[in-house]
Amino acid sequence: MSLRDLAYQEAPNPWFSWDYIRTNSSTILDALGEHVTLTAEAVALAAVVAIPLGVVAYWYRPLSGPILVTSGVLYTIPSLALLAFIAPAVGPTKSTSVLIGLVLYALLLIVRNTLAGLNQVPRDVQDAATGMGYGRWSRLLRVDLPLALPGILTGLRLATVSTVALVTIGGLIGKGGLGNLILGGFRNNFFKAEITTGAILCVLLGLVLDLLLIGTGRVLTPWTRRAR
Amino acid sequence: MNVVQSAWTYLNDPLNWTNPGGILDRLGEHLVISASAVAIGLVIAWPLGVWLAHSGRGGGVIVLLSDLTLAIPTIALLTILPLSFIGFGKPPTIIALAVFAIPPLLANAYTGVRQVDAETRDAARGMGLSGFQLLRRVELPLAVPYLAAGFRTASVQVVATTALASYVNGGGLGQIIAEGFGLGTAVAGGQILAGGVLVALLALLAEGVLALLERIVTPAPLRPARRRADREAVATGAA
Repeated sequence: MSLRDLAYQEAPNPWFSWDYIRTNSSTILDALGEHVTLTAEAVALAAVVAIPLGVVAYWYRPLSGPILVTSGVLYTIPSLALLAFIAPAVGPTKSTSVLIGLVLYALLLIVRNTLAGLNQVPRDVQDAATGMGYGRWSRLLRVDLPLALPGILTGLRLATVSTVALVTIGGLIGKGGLGNLILGGFRNNFFKAEITTGAILCVLLGLVLDLLLIGTGRVLTPWTRRAR
Repeated sequence: MNVVQSAWTYLNDPLNWTNPGGILDRLGEHLVISASAVAIGLVIAWPLGVWLAHSGRGGGVIVLLSDLTLAIPTIALLTILPLSFIGFGKPPTIIALAVFAIPPLLANAYTGVRQVDAETRDAARGMGLSGFQLLRRVELPLAVPYLAAGFRTASVQVVATTALASYVNGGGLGQIIAEGFGLGTAVAGGQILAGGVLVALLALLAEGVLALLERIVTPAPLRPARRRADREAVATGAA
């Protein structure tokens, strides 16, 4: 056995190491920060585009097919392919490349759930609102959207959790938040502690954001609790 | 030369297709990895889902499992599994992808058997069918549309995520993109774009073919009402 093999075998490489976390806390926090920022920006942008699209699909039935199909195709295109389309055009070292891909990917989940939520608004409630003199916009803002809120929030939750997992893809161009740790650890001579730290934080972040959105939903839709 | 042109040039060079590690090699790897992952997923998820639904248990477990796997980044499993006792090579990649194929397969198998009308089930029981006969002759045939839908969702998703195997040098069409990024967009922008086109086309092709398959194996009366409603909506819109 050569000296090099010996050195490699004896170097400890645990799956988890507090020492690694202590000595690299600033790198880890930076990665976490990048991850949270990318997720928040992506979901916010996707919501700004997707909720109005859901409303358009709800108002103009013939458009609902094309809107769902287009966002479905975008969703089917593998994230890596999206990155490959966007990065050469936008810039391979910019987090914008990752962001655009994440937004396109999150669209379908939010559009579909917004539309489903709006479609669940009972017909007689709509009739009552119209009978009370609500116009199209005021009915949307005061009746339809509030009643569709559970659906919209489901869409936002699904989009957030899958975006958190998807941000890691950006690690390929060094803009993947915690994905940088996961891939970095793999490339850095299979440094297990770095990989698991990134992975665990990523899953935890997904769960925390999910719980946060569930909590927000409960506050915003008190009537769903009373019904149960 | 802009990126689109160089992507076109890349795709038009026959050597890029036939060289070792060329497009055809990568396509073969991609299909082998995807098919194996889906096969493993099927073998585990279908019997489990059907059994859970038949015995009426475990609905909560399935929801929990889907939620959890949604939160786990694919590349976490792709990087962790080769470093475990499984070792390097294709097996860890295939297992990682199979893990993500299981939730849609499981959920659809479960829903497919659960949605069978209670009255239909009672009638079959009343005719003297045993538990296994009920499963084989009534529940499974009625669950076929759901099984097909789950198969389609899982397969398309696996074909798409197999591209990520390239992050750990695991082969597949994604490798073309990852190698391109390794060379840099200035040099290999065309290669990156060409790889992206190939990966996207393969995923869309898989989606199209499997959607057709799903339609063929689903008897007309069992096709989801949602689609009939969609068609009606489109029809009234056109009129």
